[in-house]
Amino acid sequence: MTTESTAPDERVPEGPPLGEEKSAPPRLGSARALAWRRRRQSAARFWREYRRHRAGLAGLGLLLLFAAVALTAPWTVGSDVQSVTDAPGRPMEEPSAEFPFGTDQFGRSLFGLVLWGSRVSLLVGLLAAALSVAIGALVGITAGHFKGWYATVIMRVTDWFLVMPALVFAVALATVMERSLLTVIVAIGVTAWPTTARLVRAQTLAVESRPYIERAKALGGGHRHIMSRHVLPNVMPLVLAQTTLGISSAILTEATLAFLGLGDPSLTSWGGLLQDARQAGAVSSGHWWYLVPPGLAIALVALAFTLCGRAVESVLNPRLGVAR
Amino acid sequence: MAAADSTSALVGEVKPDGPVKAGPSGRASRGRGTTAYLRYVAGKLGGAVVSLFAVLVTSFFLFRLIPGDPVKTMTGGRQVSAEQLASYRKEFGLDLPLWEQFTHYCGQALTGDLGTSYQFRAPVNDKIMEALPNTLLLTVTSFVLYTALGVFLGTRSAWRRGGLGDRANTGLALLLFSVPAFWLGLLLIIVFGVGMGPVPGLFPTGGMESGNEEGFAYVLDVAHHLVLPVITLVAVEYGQTLLVTRSALLDEMGSDYLTTARAKGLRDDLVRRRHAVPNALLPTVTLIFVNLGRVVAGTILVETVFSWPGLGGLFYQALSVPDLPLVQGLFFFFAAAVIIMNTLADLLYPLLDPRVAR
Repeated sequence: MTTESTAPDERVPEGPPLGEEKSAPPRLGSARALAWRRRRQSAARFWREYRRHRAGLAGLGLLLLFAAVALTAPWTVGSDVQSVTDAPGRPMEEPSAEFPFGTDQFGRSLFGLVLWGSRVSLLVGLLAAALSVAIGALVGITAGHFKGWYATVIMRVTDWFLVMPALVFAVALATVMERSLLTVIVAIGVTAWPTTARLVRAQTLAVESRPYIERAKALGGGHRHIMSRHVLPNVMPLVLAQTTLGISSAILTEATLAFLGLGDPSLTSWGGLLQDARQAGAVSSGHWWYLVPPGLAIALVALAFTLCGRAVESVLNPRLGVAR
Repeated sequence: MAAADSTSALVGEVKPDGPVKAGPSGRASRGRGTTAYLRYVAGKLGGAVVSLFAVLVTSFFLFRLIPGDPVKTMTGGRQVSAEQLASYRKEFGLDLPLWEQFTHYCGQALTGDLGTSYQFRAPVNDKIMEALPNTLLLTVTSFVLYTALGVFLGTRSAWRRGGLGDRANTGLALLLFSVPAFWLGLLLIIVFGVGMGPVPGLFPTGGMESGNEEGFAYVLDVAHHLVLPVITLVAVEYGQTLLVTRSALLDEMGSDYLTTARAKGLRDDLVRRRHAVPNALLPTVTLIFVNLGRVVAGTILVETVFSWPGLGGLFYQALSVPDLPLVQGLFFFFAAAVIIMNTLADLLYPLLDPRVAR
């Protein structure tokens, strides 16, 4: 360990092991600038690798498209599209130039509703995945860092959550709480975290066995410092990959809950549209244009997130070799 | 996994004669290996019992949080006198304090009794047993088909990695994996059930039987009703098996023993079937068991869409009332199915791969 050679007034650089400094240019600047330059470099390296995965790029393009649709929806369609009272068309019209996807049982434009529905579906997907990955990361890091009875108890609880049928649990939670967007997010987030927790814990254990953690401890770093400044940055890539994959299953679960009538009835989402379609008898009367667009949108967004997640995963862990 | 150590404290109560002292490396003699396995089994069983109890506790308290008075829901908004309400409460034990209800519930559950359904006025056990064969028919049929399809396509995909077939296979699997099961079911009903354009309604739109058939005609009738739900389940589920089999086989394919097998002059086909696939199937076995437990719960949507008279449809029905004892019972049943299947996989795994039990 050669950390003692650093000037006493300068903060010791955080993060990667010291061995990597060989490639750094001679003028180092402050520790913060150094850390940022390293981050930029690794981001650039990540992008170079990611670009080689064609499926991942396709997924990313699809996502950007959906994000653009969702963000611009207030200007392109506006919230009036949900209004039942002054709907522009007659009930259950077939697709036409005016209504590309036809109309629903109230005469509302389905094209507009599908565009508007992207907002709820994407929002719930993102927030629920973020919540579940946050819980998973917190549980995983603490369980990996504090060993002994705490870790044993926590991992028992995780294992128990892991065997619970997630969909049944989410349906149960959504039934118990009141119908709202927050309920759906919580129901998905609370049931989907255990896989992340297990992966993060394994990674934490691997990171904590490295010598620089020992160095940090010897220099007086506390639990909090080690977990937030050393372990977290190292498990972050894994957490990101998990989030991307988690969003696609969160979007599917959201659609399922909405389809079962457990979503917020005042908001338009893709799953909710499918429930409306079924209740309006679109299945028995063969109104396929009512059913196809929302379901296809769910499938495409879920697929896009899965493709991105797999590409990220295989960049981070080339041994997986999944995407090529 | 450290489950064997973490639960050894509890194992004493569950299996008094379970853990016998065994050396850490029990491979020296046959007897020692067996002891290590027994110890492992005891640990896993203890863990399963703890999990089952935790599920029981959750299912009891979680559904007490549903807003609304179950007795009022039961009477369905009819005018009922206070005495009648009180007698209902007494009948279902709702007049007791919560902890007494809980101990009563646990006592009942230990004897295998899950209570009485509010809406059907029948034992929950009977309702579950009534619906279980229908669910099993649907899930086991689809399970066999999607596992076979997943393993077959996954093997081929990995063997011809990067080829056109591989890319088409993985792409289709990922796409179907992203499709909501209930949506696919609805589309299949529109196209093949109701009939669309030139396609006539080939299959029934829902239910399990037409009701007036007997003998062999009845079997054919049920099979006819089974086609669309099974296609739906197979389509959304086979992708995962395919991907797991594929990546397990890819991991295995760099191994030296395959080179040896080829050097011996074995045909490519034999190398794959006799050497690579059996080893690569280990992770798939775990997945298969976990899925078998999970698929029972996973049929909720498919059963609802196809009005299949199974457990999933029953759960949905019970939730909308809410019929507390039935919801609790089904929740417990679904979770127990997964726990039991997981434990079975854990017990089977060391027999397939002796390195695990150590």
